[in-house]
Amino acid sequence: MSARDDILAKVRAGIGRKPGTDRGPRPVPAPIPARGQVEGEARLVLFTKQAEAVAATVVRIPDMAALPAAVSNYLAGQNLPAAIMATADTDFDTVPWNTQAMLEITRGTPGIADQVCLAQAAAGIAETGSLVMTANADNPHMASFVPETAVVVLRASRIEGTLDDAMARLRVTGDLPRAVSLISGPSRTGDIALKIELGAHGPRRVHIVIVDEPEAA
Amino acid sequence: MMQVNSSAFKEIAHKALHDDQLQEALGLLRTNFGDARATAVERLPEFGALRNAGRDIRNHTLENLDHYLEAWEVKATEQGAIVHWARDGEEARRIILGLCRSVDAKLMAKSKTMISEEIALNPFLEDEGIEVIETDLGEYILQLADEPPSHVIGPAIHKTKEQVADLFRDSHAALDPARRLVEISDMVGEARQVLRERYFEADVGLTGANFLIAETGSSVIVTNEGNGDLSQGLAKMHIVLATIDKVIPTLNDLATVLRLLARSATGQEMAAYTTLSTGPRRTDAEGGPESCHVVILDNGRTGWLGTPFQEALRCVRCGACMNHCPVYGAVGGHAYGWVYPGPIGAVLTPALVGIERARHLPNASTFCGRCESVCPMRIPLPKLMREWRRQEFESKIQPLRQRFGLAFWRWLAQRPVLYRWATAIAVHGMRLLARDGRIRRLPLAGAWTSVRDMPAPARRSFQSQWKGRK
Repeated sequence: MSARDDILAKVRAGIGRKPGTDRGPRPVPAPIPARGQVEGEARLVLFTKQAEAVAATVVRIPDMAALPAAVSNYLAGQNLPAAIMATADTDFDTVPWNTQAMLEITRGTPGIADQVCLAQAAAGIAETGSLVMTANADNPHMASFVPETAVVVLRASRIEGTLDDAMARLRVTGDLPRAVSLISGPSRTGDIALKIELGAHGPRRVHIVIVDEPEAA
Repeated sequence: MMQVNSSAFKEIAHKALHDDQLQEALGLLRTNFGDARATAVERLPEFGALRNAGRDIRNHTLENLDHYLEAWEVKATEQGAIVHWARDGEEARRIILGLCRSVDAKLMAKSKTMISEEIALNPFLEDEGIEVIETDLGEYILQLADEPPSHVIGPAIHKTKEQVADLFRDSHAALDPARRLVEISDMVGEARQVLRERYFEADVGLTGANFLIAETGSSVIVTNEGNGDLSQGLAKMHIVLATIDKVIPTLNDLATVLRLLARSATGQEMAAYTTLSTGPRRTDAEGGPESCHVVILDNGRTGWLGTPFQEALRCVRCGACMNHCPVYGAVGGHAYGWVYPGPIGAVLTPALVGIERARHLPNASTFCGRCESVCPMRIPLPKLMREWRRQEFESKIQPLRQRFGLAFWRWLAQRPVLYRWATAIAVHGMRLLARDGRIRRLPLAGAWTSVRDMPAPARRSFQSQWKGRK
């Protein structure tokens, strides 16, 4: 008997499954916390509050044309070099990067030497202040993990209220991408003497740029 | 299997009580994790209802485990993952070695998995010539120190920052000996720098799984450091090591258990990273592993189904039971002598290694019940420890004196008249021994009175006072 069949046979014996019987009824759905069930501006305010509570920083801009200035300002404020690796996301193609002459933009997937990466989130979750990053050619999984500083564009229209809403959004596209990451603030560790330090292996800084303008249909 | 030292519980616990550095570390655990959990729970009014829901989801899944394992397997396979089943540690180790060999792997980047400790994966792979690097900071520290973990989520909490600094100086010989290594941030930075290159060098990334989702065929890891993502995202091959109890039905069930997990563990609302991994890379442009293998391990768990210990399979390894346990808080995790410490360890270890090798653990409890009161999955830990005590008595593995003592007690307690008469005499005798309301030496209880006094009993027992009130 294969290990698979052996294990499943033991499971059936253990739970007393009779041949030909179906699974039992599902329990009633779990409660969804009221906190995240908010709409419109209140949802944006909640998202910002929750993201800041986990040590992310948040700015809000009207449209993608304002992105270069927002990125430049952030880098200058953090004393970081004005150089950024932006993912291949086509939404970044039409951004007027030349409005910031000092900002050096390269496109692609960040490698070990890249300090700052710009990516776009698939969604946000107000309940937890989390970003939902889905891996694809436009925004590779590693773009949110390799750099020291992750700058993430989040369309206001993509901010969901609750974790369950975010799950429903993932479900709409059918099969999941290879990697879906819910990111709540920068990387951290408490492994030495239980003192929380930011920037264990992933980014030390997570900067979220909320763009009010919805994406072009 | 990892070496079992649980029979030395008393000796190790005794040393631990006199270890000042350990006692300092354990004190932090109570304030940092215990208080943080209470605050997080207070902020979520639905927390109690969510615990019920979490328990019900896990019960439903376990009661239909064959269905959900098969559903998960179908979906995971459809998504391009290759599923391997392993009855025990030996089979799992062989499968993982074979996978490493198939890509000619020299280096494995490994994210924290307690199951890999259970099956002693690292020494096995190292013997076969495959270098393994632990990437979770706590596990990395322990790998350098060659020590087992002492907590399910903070494996190195027993180490002080000075001990970590010394360890880094000894181990990172290539770095400048005059470098600053004083603050915790210096050490976190150094580990980041050292491990960064290793992620890019690794051929295989191995992660555990907090959950498997039947609906999508995914595995889920919950981390704060991001090491699990870097381990799987930069290697050619992603291997997931998970046990059969990890499966949950749907994405919404994931949302529910996530609301419980981090709050119970560290008092966070969410851990920094929750990543759902499903199969290998879809396109070369997105990067990520070219192949994805999931090893599903039983290692005796099927034997708990249909027994009282089925309830322990609800465990999500948050560590709340040990963070709130007065015994764990006094002796630390190493005293438990195997992979899983604290109250959940006192239940799991006898089940995994045999009660005869771990009989002290279910006895190392005051039955205060705090573990059950904080368990997000409402596992009745005291009840399960009591079940082990019962099995210990029935299998006749206790010392004779203890067995006779218990047998005598049972005989006496079943005879109310005799019991009341005997306790009245005992109370009288103890009062004779007391000076100023304290008993300093008591026959048959020398171990107790050698380190503390016993208060003298009240003149009349509770039972006789109760009778008097009626």
